Amino acid sequence: MADAMNELGAYIEAKRTDCVLSWSVNDLGELTMEVALSNLPGLVDWMRTDRTCQFSTLIDITAVDHPGRAKRFDVVYHFLSMYQNHRIRLRAQVREEDMIPSITDSHPSANWFEREVYDMFGLLFSGHPDLRRLLTDYGFRGHPLRKDFPTTGYTEVRYDDELKRVVYEPVKLTQEYRQFDFLSPWEGAKYVLPGDEKAADKAEAK
Amino acid sequence: MMDGTDKVTRGFADAETTEQSIRNFTINFGPQHPAAHGVLRLVMELDGEIVERCDPHIGLLHRGTEKLMESRTYLQNLPYFDRLDYVGTMNQEHAWCLAIEKLTGTAVPRRAQIIRVLYCEIGRILNHLLNVTTQAMDVGALTPPLWGFEERESLMIFYERACGARLHAAYFRPGGVHQDLPEKLIDDIDAWADKFPKRLDDIDELLTENRIFKQRNVDIGIVTEQDIQDWAFSGVMVRGSGLAWDLRRAQPYECYDEFDFQIPVGKNGDCYDRYLVRMEEMRQSTKIIRKACAMLKMDENKGDVMTRGKLSPPKRNDMKTSMEALIHHFKLYTEGFHVPEGEVYAAVEAPKGEFGVYLVSDGTNKPYRAKIRAPGYAHLQAMDHLCKGHMLADASAVLGSLDVVFGEIDR
Repeated sequence: MADAMNELGAYIEAKRTDCVLSWSVNDLGELTMEVALSNLPGLVDWMRTDRTCQFSTLIDITAVDHPGRAKRFDVVYHFLSMYQNHRIRLRAQVREEDMIPSITDSHPSANWFEREVYDMFGLLFSGHPDLRRLLTDYGFRGHPLRKDFPTTGYTEVRYDDELKRVVYEPVKLTQEYRQFDFLSPWEGAKYVLPGDEKAADKAEAK
Repeated sequence: MMDGTDKVTRGFADAETTEQSIRNFTINFGPQHPAAHGVLRLVMELDGEIVERCDPHIGLLHRGTEKLMESRTYLQNLPYFDRLDYVGTMNQEHAWCLAIEKLTGTAVPRRAQIIRVLYCEIGRILNHLLNVTTQAMDVGALTPPLWGFEERESLMIFYERACGARLHAAYFRPGGVHQDLPEKLIDDIDAWADKFPKRLDDIDELLTENRIFKQRNVDIGIVTEQDIQDWAFSGVMVRGSGLAWDLRRAQPYECYDEFDFQIPVGKNGDCYDRYLVRMEEMRQSTKIIRKACAMLKMDENKGDVMTRGKLSPPKRNDMKTSMEALIHHFKLYTEGFHVPEGEVYAAVEAPKGEFGVYLVSDGTNKPYRAKIRAPGYAHLQAMDHLCKGHMLADASAVLGSLDVVFGEIDR
């Protein structure tokens, strides 16, 4: 399995040197390719038609948020070939303000996947026919799957009996949202346990 | 004309105002419509009764599963998978368990593998029974759902006897399954599988040659091989069009390669063929269930159903006597286990198609990012493509044969 994937990775890199930045096969036999953002649609289109690749089914498009990085997001594409029975993962690093070229021309199914990435992460796709929000509420603000978006959100809704309609209000919590962090303090949790702040001060004073 | 003028009027153009000039009619299908299979809102543009454009508005059942998963441990996240496609629940837990097992390199004991296969196939029958019969209801038949739900009831009792819940099972765990099945339950499942084909024949007799059912389904919503590639179809949507693509066969997981089953394919790729494929898949699943029951009774397949180690809780007996076991139990259910850094995509052949999980781990006890790839999501977005040019009444037939459940689409 891993041999075939290595072969495939070398083949794609040899054919499309301008698109592929690097590639690797992990322990599980999954081929991952770092690609350049601007050449993405060409590569995807070529991979769809090339006889060796035939990655004709788009499995998924998603993003991963790494707030600490300059190029904050990873956009991840998964493809499957039903004819050759193999899979590939493409990954491109993007800045928050970058425009990602849409692949809806070669894969019409990318439509909703790209809309979802826009909705959840706020990444823009150029050339997308209809980049509206998909999963969130009509008129929703913010991008929920970014790491800096609170899990509770900002607004809540209820039915107002006097106005006879649903009203939006800022979130009111009677108790703060409980984020349990059970990471073991002995195994290098990088934070001060609640109540330990003073102990740290004392240690410094000495 | 009769009044002496020679002006010929066509239609009512003489009395026409701008209001009356012909324009396409836009209607809302759902969100509260019995044929919308949940909370789908379709904005449809109609020319007479012909569908010109169909824009699905989804997200009315969006619960932010992926966001919630980022702040919970791996084990706490498992029950969320029951709540995606709430018809074939264990199949989805399976994908999550496989993803974790791949990253941690855990081997699943043989008995647990067989139990997983057994319950995945029960899930497949549960799903297909619901889909086939409610789709028949969408096109006007009332009896099939009543008969189908009777069988679903006994299957859900099997769920309940294995794990205590009829729908939201949380039975598959990373490293195996939660508890072993009692002997009597295996016998009962076997006995049920013995008489189920007869029930299937009854439903078959009601629908397959039924004139109305055929009129509503044959040549409706045809999927070609090109469509399959363009719209990322999987599962029955692919097999209905003649491609024998099944992840259980193509990329075998668990111990599916030991089971003897056939992959039914359709010929025309219309709603009717997809119905036939689902009916045949239920028969094949029954065969797998019988084989799995027989295997579970063999002596060489008896043993533990969990890999004992970091991922699983210690035995109750050990906890009473060993301090380490007690600490392990406490840490497992508070801190949870750690998954090594890395990323993985694990997919299973869920009843509706390819259900996958893309898991990014940063080495802590919580997933850094988990993306759920639901088959219904890809299928539903082809609604516009499939419905264009069909009559309004066909939209519900197409929707029924896509087999959508909003738990997994909206997530």
